[in-house]
Formats: sequence, structure tokens, C-alpha cells
Amino acid sequence: MTELEVTGLSCRRGGRPVVRNISFTLARGELLALTGRNGSGKTTLLRALALLVTADEGAIRWQGTDIRHDRDGWRRQIAWLGHLDGLKGDLSVRENLATACHLRETPAIRVDDALAAFDLTLLANRAARTLSAGQRRRAALARVAAADAPLWLLDEPLNALDAPSQAALRTALGDHLAAGGLAIAATHAPIDVPNARVLELA
Amino acid sequence: MTGFSALLARDLRLVWRRPGDVMVVLAFFVVATVLFPLGIGPETNLLARIAAGILWCAALFAALLSLERLFAADYEDGALDLLLLAPWPLELAALAKCLAHWIVTGLPLALLAPLMGLLFGLSGEALWAVAATLLVGTPALSLIGGLAAALTLGARRGGALLALLALPLCVPTLIFGAGAVEAVAIGEGFLTHLAILGALALLSLATLPWAIAAALRQAGE
Amino acid sequence: MASLHVLANPARFRRFSQRVLPALSVVTALALAVGLWLALIESPPDYQQGETVRIMFIHVPSAWLSMMGYGLLAALGASLLVWRHPLAALMARGAAPVGAVFAAVCLLTGSLWGRPMWGTYWVWDARLTSMLLLFFLYLGHIALSRAYDDSERGDRAAAILALVGVINLPVIKFSVDWWNTLHQPASVMKLGGPSIDPSILTPLLVMAVALLLLFIVLVMLRTETEIDRRRLEAAEMAL
Repeated sequence: MTELEVTGLSCRRGGRPVVRNISFTLARGELLALTGRNGSGKTTLLRALALLVTADEGAIRWQGTDIRHDRDGWRRQIAWLGHLDGLKGDLSVRENLATACHLRETPAIRVDDALAAFDLTLLANRAARTLSAGQRRRAALARVAAADAPLWLLDEPLNALDAPSQAALRTALGDHLAAGGLAIAATHAPIDVPNARVLELA
Repeated sequence: MTGFSALLARDLRLVWRRPGDVMVVLAFFVVATVLFPLGIGPETNLLARIAAGILWCAALFAALLSLERLFAADYEDGALDLLLLAPWPLELAALAKCLAHWIVTGLPLALLAPLMGLLFGLSGEALWAVAATLLVGTPALSLIGGLAAALTLGARRGGALLALLALPLCVPTLIFGAGAVEAVAIGEGFLTHLAILGALALLSLATLPWAIAAALRQAGE
Repeated sequence: MASLHVLANPARFRRFSQRVLPALSVVTALALAVGLWLALIESPPDYQQGETVRIMFIHVPSAWLSMMGYGLLAALGASLLVWRHPLAALMARGAAPVGAVFAAVCLLTGSLWGRPMWGTYWVWDARLTSMLLLFFLYLGHIALSRAYDDSERGDRAAAILALVGVINLPVIKFSVDWWNTLHQPASVMKLGGPSIDPSILTPLLVMAVALLLLFIVLVMLRTETEIDRRRLEAAEMAL
């Protein structure tokens, strides 16, 4: 059953088209990998899906309804991982995750499980600024996992991750998809997950 | 826990972990205030007459100092995107950030300024006027400054540009705030001034959160 | 050439202004000539201030036009934010410096007008001070719109600023008026009494119309420049 339907999405930045007439559908349990060279519009497409960027043309439908009719409702459906980690350096990892849940007005009940899934339990009380880049990326992924949202929007999730962390991401993604979640990831490297489709952006 | 209180609590906790940031602003206020008698001369009558203006101007500059980081930190570490994606009105998030700024800047300034007023020989009632007008006037400064900070996110020369944008808009608050203390100095009441300051604060509250939210959305595009 | 889609509206404006500008410029020059002749030669010198009152014929319309200009910036800002008109952004960029210059002219002429009377080049008169703050608001708008590498971001930020500024202008004027009456006696800059003599009114209105036409011509010229500049940027990026 198709949950997400994108039709004819186009975005212009500075007068130049960056996202050109993108259409796709996504069903529960599916991952869509956005591939393409640097500058091919992967990040812009993700930001347009998150309504961070206003698309010039096209429609995004979730369960049949245009997401622009209920923006806050749409924001409850998505969990976001951008280029930047979104972590506050002076807060501990656990505090960061808990605050992120509260900012989404979601109860922070999945924080400990998310920390465990990304092997951060021992680092949970360390200030985020004391972590390495890879550890911070894991913490950001844990934030996504703890958010309890059906659709994950991930921008280069494999960046800065070592092999064990990439495996943890694959497992977490697999669990998320198996539980009926959806995910869209902009990525250079392939994400080895069942039910993965690829959309190449020229 | 609502998003608004979560954001407010987070920002206050962040300041609590780095109290130096606030201390520096208050120290600047003290140093700037002291600079004026050094530049103008120690004649007590003159100082008492210009104290109101000096205290208010120094408070204004001190408040502006801390505004540059209001949204810049979130912009730089990616936390702003998470605020833009929060499923509750961005206007409330803007309000929460400005409220946090006021609690750690405007409020301490309102308490510190009367102490500085002693250095200028202000009377007891004038000192009350200083504290009261700063208390009522600084929220508008936090909101106006918040707008300037949001508009200049990621701009070149952001700090100087922020001051250029904010200071003209702060003039009404400055005029009535300093005017209140002078009114007391010449024996009149300052309640009208206080009421006008309150009206200015309400006007800011009614208009600026929407402008700040619009500016933050622009920064996310 | 997809960038042309974005500039479709501005392109139409550019064609329009290219057709209209020559004739409009001639009319403006004529109006200015008539207005200046009336102001400098025909109208009588003021019984108190002598010949220097003639500066008022430039000073007062400049004040009106600089205020109108900021209102224009706010209207263009609203048009940009609500309807996303690309022309609104370009015209705002073009009009802001024009309005700022009129504000500066108002300040300069006010200073020159006052010098013989007050003995100094500046006095903290309520209207001059308000105009000074308006000038600062213009500077802020100009600086903000050019502070970003991404010019669209600058345009939208300046649009928000213009809307907030236009709401604040009456507040600023009110507070400066109040401040002035508190600290100083009423302004010495009167237009010659409770009622304006018709011998002053006609040149004033003619100069106002002439300067308004000049304002329009300058804004159209500057908007054309901004359209061309944006086109150049788009072409460079497409290379």
C-alpha cells in the first residue's frame, strides 16, 4: 500500500532548476536511496520533502492527502537527519535525545533503546562536544531512531561511520522497515537493506 | 512536556552550563557604564542628569552583544532544522528563544542597572524607575534583537549588521525608558512611561514572533 | 534557459519601462524646470527667513517621497513574501537606494535651511531626527539585501525588515515627537504660519509632483539595472 506519493516535484535555487520533475511512490517497509553526483539535488529534494524548502511545482501526498494541508501533522510523521548532526555540544548524548523527543512533543521512551542500538549506552552521559565525528553521527542516528516517526529522511547517513556503525545503521533501518516504517536516504554508497530501491538524480 | 517549555528549558540549561557567556555581557555593561564618567567628567550634577540615558544605552548595547548567538548556534550545529521541523508553531519557538534571552540578559540587567545608578548619584525613587523600566522595556529589546538576529543568520558582517537593524527599532523603548528616569529626577511620576513601555512590549509581542519565524524559515531554505 | 521562466515578469517590466522611460524622462525634466522656476524665482521670499526658505521646496517633498518610498518597500516586500513576485524583489533592490537618497537630501536641505536660523548645522528637531532614523532604516534594508551570496535570501530578509519597519515608523515618529517636546521647545521649522499661503502652496505642489516623477524615473532605471544584473548572475551560474 502506497503511503507516500510524490508527483512532478521541482525546485529552483537561484533561478536554476535543481530538482527536476521528480516522481516516485513509497510503500511501508520500503527504502528509497537517492543517488547522484554532488550538486544533483539530493539534499534539496530531501529538504523539499521535509517542507524545509518550498518546492516550485509538484505535490507530495501522504496517505492520499497533500501534506501542505496539515504541515504540523506531516512534521509528526518524519524524522530528519541532515548534513549537520543537530546536537548541542554542551548537553549529554542522552539529554540531546530526550530534548529532541520533547521538541517533537513525543515521549522520550525509546531513547535508551536507540542508544543501545547504536552502541552509545556507555557514552550516554558524555557531553556531545567530547565525542568524535563518527560518534556524533551515531548519536544523530539514534535521535532519528528514538523519534518514533514512520518516515525517516536521511541525508548521507553513512558519512563518518566506521564498519560496525554502518552495520548498526543497517540493523536499525531493517528493524524500522520491518515494523512498517519508510525511509528515504540520500547516499553515495549503497545501503544494503532488503526492499531498497534506487532513484538516480541526474 | 510541551515543545515550548522543552525549548525554553534546553536553552536555559545550555546557559547554565556556560555561565561565562552571560557574565561577560553583564561585565560589559558595567565597564561601558563606567566609561561615561571617565569620558565626560566626574561632576555629580551632570552625571545625575545623564545617568538615565547612559544606563539605558549601555543596557541596550549589552543586550545586543548576546543577541548574535541567539540563533547562530542552532544554525551552525543543525539544531535550527529540528526547530523548523517541530510540529508546533515556529512563532512559539521564536518566543521561547527570546524569552530565554530575556531571562539571562534583560532580567539581570534590570537588577544590575540600579546598582550602577548608585554610581551616578540617582535617588532611591529614580533607582526604582531604572529597575522597573528596564524590566518592562527589555522584553521588547529581546524581541527586536531576536528579529535582527534571525534576519542576519549566515550573512556577511552579521554582528555589525544586526546592530544596524536593531538599534533604530529600539529607539522608542530607549526614549520612554530613559525618559521615565528623567521624569522621576524632575519630580514627576513615571507611570505613563511605564505604561507606554508596556504597550511597546505588547506591540512587539503581537508582531515580532511572526516576523522572526518568517526570517528563520528563510534561513532554512 | 530555464532561468527565463523566473524572470518572465521582470522581462515584461523591462520592455514596458524601456518604452515608457524616454517620454517620462522628458515630462519629468519639464516638471522640474517649471517647479524650480516657480520655487526659485516666482514665489516671494519669506518675511522672516528671506531667500533660504526656498530650500523648503526641495526639503518638504523629499521628506514626503522618502516616507512614500519606505511604504513602497513594504508593499513590495509583502508582494514578494506572499505572491513570490520576482519583480518585487528586483524593484525593492532598485528603489531602496533612491528612497535613501531622498532621505539624505531631506536631511541635507534641512541642515542647510536651519544653519542661518540656528547657527549650527544640526539641531535635534523632531522631524529631522525622525528622518535620520528613517535614513538608518533605509541603510539597514540596503545592507541586509546585499549581505548574502544568495540574493534571493537577501531579498526575502529585506522584505521582512521592510514590513516590520513600516509598522514601527509611526511608533518611532510618535516617540521622537514626544522626546522632542520633553527636551526642547517646539520646532522652529514652520511652513510660515497656521495656514499655508497659496503663493507657497503652488510651487510646493509642483515641486512635489516633479520630484515624484523623478522618483519614479529613478526607480524604473534602477529596477532595469537590477533586472540586468540578476540576468547576468543567472547566465554566469549556468556556464
